[in-house]
Amino acid sequence: MSAPTASRPQPASPAPVPPSPRDRALAVARSLPGPLVGLLVIFLAMSFLSPYFLTSRNLLNIVSQVSDVGVMAVGAALVIIIGGIDLSVGSTLALSIMTSAWLFRDHGIPFALALVVALAVGALIGLVNGVLSTVGRVQPFVATLATMSAAAGLALYITDGSPVTSFPDWFLLLTESVPGTPIPVEGVIMVAIYLGAAFWLRYRPDGRALYAIGGNEEVARLSGLKVTSIKIRVYVIAGVLASVAGMLTMSRLDSAQPTAGAADLLNVIAVVVIGGASLAGGSGTMLGTFIGLLIIGTLNNGMSLLNVSPNLQPVVIGVVIIAAVMSDRGGRARLRGGH
Amino acid sequence: MTLHSTPGDRLEVVGAAPAAASTGSTGAGLVCTGLVKEYAGVRVLKGVDITVAPASVLGFIGENGAGKSTTSSIITGVVKPDGGSMTLDGEPYAPSGPAEALNRGVALIHQEIRLLPELSVAENIFLGRLPTSGGRLARSRMESEAREALAALGVDLDPRRLVRGLPIAVQQEIEIAKAISRRPKYVIFDEPSASLGESETERVLEQIGVLRDAGAGVVYISHRLEEVRRTSDQVLCLRDGQRVASWDTGDVPHAELVNAMVGREFTYQHSAPAPATDREVLTVRGLGRRGAFEGIDLEVRAGEVLGLAGLVGAGRTEVVRAVCGVDRPDAGTVTVDGRELRRGDARAAIRAGVVMVPEDRKGQGLNLDRTAAENITLPWEASLARRGVVSRKVVRTTADELSKDLDIRGRLHLPVASMSGGNQQKVLLGKWLVRTPKVFIIDEPTRGVDVGAKMAIYEIIRGLAAQGVAVVVVSSELEEVLGLAHRVLVMGGGRNRGVLTREQATPQAVMELAVLGTASEGSTGTLTTSTTPQTTEGQDR
Repeated sequence: MSAPTASRPQPASPAPVPPSPRDRALAVARSLPGPLVGLLVIFLAMSFLSPYFLTSRNLLNIVSQVSDVGVMAVGAALVIIIGGIDLSVGSTLALSIMTSAWLFRDHGIPFALALVVALAVGALIGLVNGVLSTVGRVQPFVATLATMSAAAGLALYITDGSPVTSFPDWFLLLTESVPGTPIPVEGVIMVAIYLGAAFWLRYRPDGRALYAIGGNEEVARLSGLKVTSIKIRVYVIAGVLASVAGMLTMSRLDSAQPTAGAADLLNVIAVVVIGGASLAGGSGTMLGTFIGLLIIGTLNNGMSLLNVSPNLQPVVIGVVIIAAVMSDRGGRARLRGGH
Repeated sequence: MTLHSTPGDRLEVVGAAPAAASTGSTGAGLVCTGLVKEYAGVRVLKGVDITVAPASVLGFIGENGAGKSTTSSIITGVVKPDGGSMTLDGEPYAPSGPAEALNRGVALIHQEIRLLPELSVAENIFLGRLPTSGGRLARSRMESEAREALAALGVDLDPRRLVRGLPIAVQQEIEIAKAISRRPKYVIFDEPSASLGESETERVLEQIGVLRDAGAGVVYISHRLEEVRRTSDQVLCLRDGQRVASWDTGDVPHAELVNAMVGREFTYQHSAPAPATDREVLTVRGLGRRGAFEGIDLEVRAGEVLGLAGLVGAGRTEVVRAVCGVDRPDAGTVTVDGRELRRGDARAAIRAGVVMVPEDRKGQGLNLDRTAAENITLPWEASLARRGVVSRKVVRTTADELSKDLDIRGRLHLPVASMSGGNQQKVLLGKWLVRTPKVFIIDEPTRGVDVGAKMAIYEIIRGLAAQGVAVVVVSSELEEVLGLAHRVLVMGGGRNRGVLTREQATPQAVMELAVLGTASEGSTGTLTTSTTPQTTEGQDR
């Protein structure tokens, strides 16, 4: 960097330098460590340790297992990119599925319509979160803590704590495999949501604005972005995605449990953080989040195959979170999304 | 008066204070020799010598950016000098941090008040050295000592009450009590009166007298020359990081002080700008925001550069923020090309072609972690998108074109934090030039920028005016404002103190308006408009 070490004379033209191959290689090398390397290591280790691990059936099983957390993690990542946090995703999941199941069973509402209501419930909770944390100037942690509590209570209240079961056959197809292939439908849905969100973040003006808002809200505001409305929209998206995740859960179990999703919150945030996002906002990608999801899924699946006590599994996840965050610190800037 | 032009001269302490009777080579006092400080390769202190004698007050003056605050930061251990040495009462003195400076008896009373509102007055005074007895907080001892410290300043205040809710002036007194409760030998006041009213300032001046009479050496930094004259036993003037003048008395004529502050050679010969048109683009009437500024009228024509001059805290930044809708004014109107802008609506202002480059590049201008290209396109992505998609290509080509126009050197696809200050500033300018604006407001256009980039930025600003853009330049660097502007509006205390034409706007005239509020017979400038606060507030709709 120092002045005297002028290398070969630069061409006089001040034209911007296009990314040289060396730059690109460096960028790739820098973006490789962290989540992806971690995933590869875990993958190789599990392949050696368990003969069953590397079968297509098991791998597809992993995808099914993580699909609901995966869908919620998309919403959580978006919220974290704008510098917020959403603690209410698990409760939103529970309330939206209980509402639709209750309307279907006790009020004879067609199930398809009940599902639309479920999405609306998710959107409504997201709207409340968004309005509270922007217009209401409540810190997002506090606002979503409140809605988490309220939604969890309502989910139990609706059916007095009892689960609802037996849904139409077509609904259960959501968690079957795509006809003629072994690929689970829920996996396809999840990947589609990841691709959609990645496209939004990278190519749509309002999606790209998320990084600007999370990086420095004042800069974003002075640049004329609709900061408040974009933030509210992100919370609404997170709520709707929690409802979608709820539908996957409900379909897989053929049952709507009022306590569903309660244990998912920590996993969801872990996925986003392992995927390289910073809770300070302004960073995080869908690819990173997806890798984080696969790390958690692979670890849980592998430990089950190896008969690790289920009580020890969260301990391992805890260690992985710290390892991921610490190893990521150096190359953080390289992993950030956008161009 | 002695006007020194070389930094090597030493201020001579004349026996204003008997206690300071010189004790030979190891003389008492805080002696700084050849202090040098660089920030990012820019030398802000170029070998400054200062001697502070015990039991005396040294008035310390200079323009914004002359190096006063840097000097006081070095003396109080906040930053380390890159050169020079200090001795304290004959002993070598090189504080490793503010804590050591305090332990050695050197205290700083900061410009901004930094008290913890949820703690009591006594706890604030003893923060970091709470008295204990037997491992427990000795509350009654702390409170009685705090009461003593306050009483020594003539302040009657219950040390048990919380700081929250106390008036600023009282908080300032607590800051002073906090500093003197350590019984410092040297106290530096860094513009203590900036946020105080007249009678409150009077109190501070009295307290400075108390300190001096108790034997402390006081450095008093202020822009208010009247206070400096009244308080000081010696006066020292810095300019561009160098000592340019010193006096062994506080009783120096105003004009002499002002001349010493501004009397520099222009380092860049600004050519006269192209004449402006007659078409008025930006019209501001009766703009006011409570507690910040009031009754601001101004107009800028197409092709004209209006300079906004004034001292730090005069309200310049606040005015331009209100004009471009970033802050919401309480009163007044902003009209662009005959259409009134909605108050406090930054988006509407941008749509109407009013853009602002803020003074705080890192906090408000650029997202340092994102690439230069992304920063440039950020405000324009909705209009750059084709069928709702912002392609990498359009971002790159937009940034490429601008970087050619503005000669930005650096990699546009890397985080903008990797660029030099000058190039960052060009990126920030470029961000607002993707579409040619109607009104271009730039606050501190060359802060933290090297000389080469400075010239380039001046050329960009001139070029914009030549294209018929109405330009407003806010700057603390007088030569910058005077060199660029067709007219200069001088602000002071949140008011318009007067508008000078390019011919009238000599450094002396501007500084007198800014410091004193009136142009005296000694200056060549005359007032074209002398705006007293008018009752424009009733014109709200």
